Amino acid sequence: MDLQASICGIKLKNPLVLASGVLGLNKNNLLIAQRGGAGALTIKSITLEKRSGHDTPNVAFFEAGVLNAFGYCNMGLSAALEEFADLSCFSVPIFGSCTASNARDFAKLVSAFDKLDFAAIELPVSCPHTPSYGLLAGQSNVEKVRAIIKACRKETKKPIFLKINAGLPNFVEIALAAEKAGADAITCSNTLGPGMVIDINTAKPVLSFKVGGVSGPAIRPMVVRAIYELYEHLKIPIIGLGGVSQGEHVIEMLMAGASAVGIATGILQRGPCVFRKCCEELSRWMKEHGYGSIEELIGFAHQ
Amino acid sequence: MLTSRFERNRFVGAKIINVQSYGADIKIFEFECKLKAKPGQFIMLWLPGIGERPFSPTKTNPLELAVKKRGLFTKKMFELKVGDCVGIRGPYGKGFKYENVKHACLVAGGIGIAALVRLAETLSNNGAMVDFVYGVRKRDQLVFLERIEKVAELFVSTEDGSFGKKGTCIELLKRLLASKRYDCIYCCGPEPMMVQVLALCKHYNIKSQFSLERRMKCAVGICGHCALGSKLVCKDGPVFSGKTLASIREFMVHE
Repeated sequence: MDLQASICGIKLKNPLVLASGVLGLNKNNLLIAQRGGAGALTIKSITLEKRSGHDTPNVAFFEAGVLNAFGYCNMGLSAALEEFADLSCFSVPIFGSCTASNARDFAKLVSAFDKLDFAAIELPVSCPHTPSYGLLAGQSNVEKVRAIIKACRKETKKPIFLKINAGLPNFVEIALAAEKAGADAITCSNTLGPGMVIDINTAKPVLSFKVGGVSGPAIRPMVVRAIYELYEHLKIPIIGLGGVSQGEHVIEMLMAGASAVGIATGILQRGPCVFRKCCEELSRWMKEHGYGSIEELIGFAHQ
Repeated sequence: MLTSRFERNRFVGAKIINVQSYGADIKIFEFECKLKAKPGQFIMLWLPGIGERPFSPTKTNPLELAVKKRGLFTKKMFELKVGDCVGIRGPYGKGFKYENVKHACLVAGGIGIAALVRLAETLSNNGAMVDFVYGVRKRDQLVFLERIEKVAELFVSTEDGSFGKKGTCIELLKRLLASKRYDCIYCCGPEPMMVQVLALCKHYNIKSQFSLERRMKCAVGICGHCALGSKLVCKDGPVFSGKTLASIREFMVHE
């Protein structure tokens, strides 16, 4: 079965994308996900300066998913420009990801990323657990998002993906403003919350940062609903992301209106080959149900 | 059920029931907690307010850990007393393979002993002949000697000559390799030492397995911090065959 997909003119051998934040610290990390069968790979977000992030524990678990608060630990822009200068070891498109506290710094990062061979650049404005970034920098504000996209649009012709948070009451408004300001796609969603897990033996929050973004099966219905709603309003494509670990979940997101589907926490559940497994399940289901292409599934739930 | 994948990673509370000190920088902690872990697998230990780190259990029922004071985290661990409670999650990773091994040589450098002591016992239980080479800086860093002597022939080196042979465990291993044949050599210690052991294994064409350590954040294969080349120490390791390590540039940089 041909699982070819496309996002902003970028051809993907399958619609599954390694989401930013997992196995994306460097090229060696990304190669693990490429071996697992991903159709595209997103690097972990880069900031202007190197960051060591929050102390451990950075992850906390509950029965329906994971909370994480890594706090944008990353090598910083100058090291990233070296690390990702040569992307010839990859056979699938690589998406850059960078984040900052304000529009000016976002633009600096995008301007630097523009010179690399990234197929697109994703801008998260939606992290729920890092002071001075994302939601903790007030980037749930429509004006701020507009300013960020406008500033970045001037720096690159590459497709710009805006990564939003489906937990915000104004997520449609944010996506519409981004579309109008020149964003090429919306990635929905970042982790939701933040939430908290308390260890009852020690009576302490598990995460060192106390709160963290919620991911995994628990958030999938919220994300599916958000994608469904975005699809009704947007002209630009959507990358669905949140709680996907099986082929059926991919189909659900495509039907809601996603053109490509990200996987992060699913790697914990089924290993890096979660991409290949999802593709097999997707293929089988499409064959059994008489679908000939990914295209036919996109937005099918809106009929 | 896929959801259980998440739940099994939750911390369980583990109360300290015994602490023994060896010299100034090694302590052995016993916890009111038991778990099933193969030799070579690791657990994550959480000190609320401080952080979490990987450790190799030296016993599983009750859980026992041997800890060497190295940085802030282990310094804080050394302040723990009987009755204090920590969080434990795991076990994680792939353990040692020891089926069909009849003659084994284990090589421990320093606190690397923690990953090998249970393996020696398991190998012996399986009927294998075990030689155990154990090198430390000075005498008071030696732990588990009685346990090892029960199941293996023990060869000890100290760098200051305060016990056993003066020198390093590499010299002891070289001497053994000159006259003995092994089905497999198992090793855990500082990485430069492991690189030397790997070179010897290659020279003598002996199979080998190594237990590695990397800074770990998630232990469940998603954060990528423990990557060694494009292998993850938490999922693909922490035990790697010599054959695998020989192909990973990031391991050999210590050469």
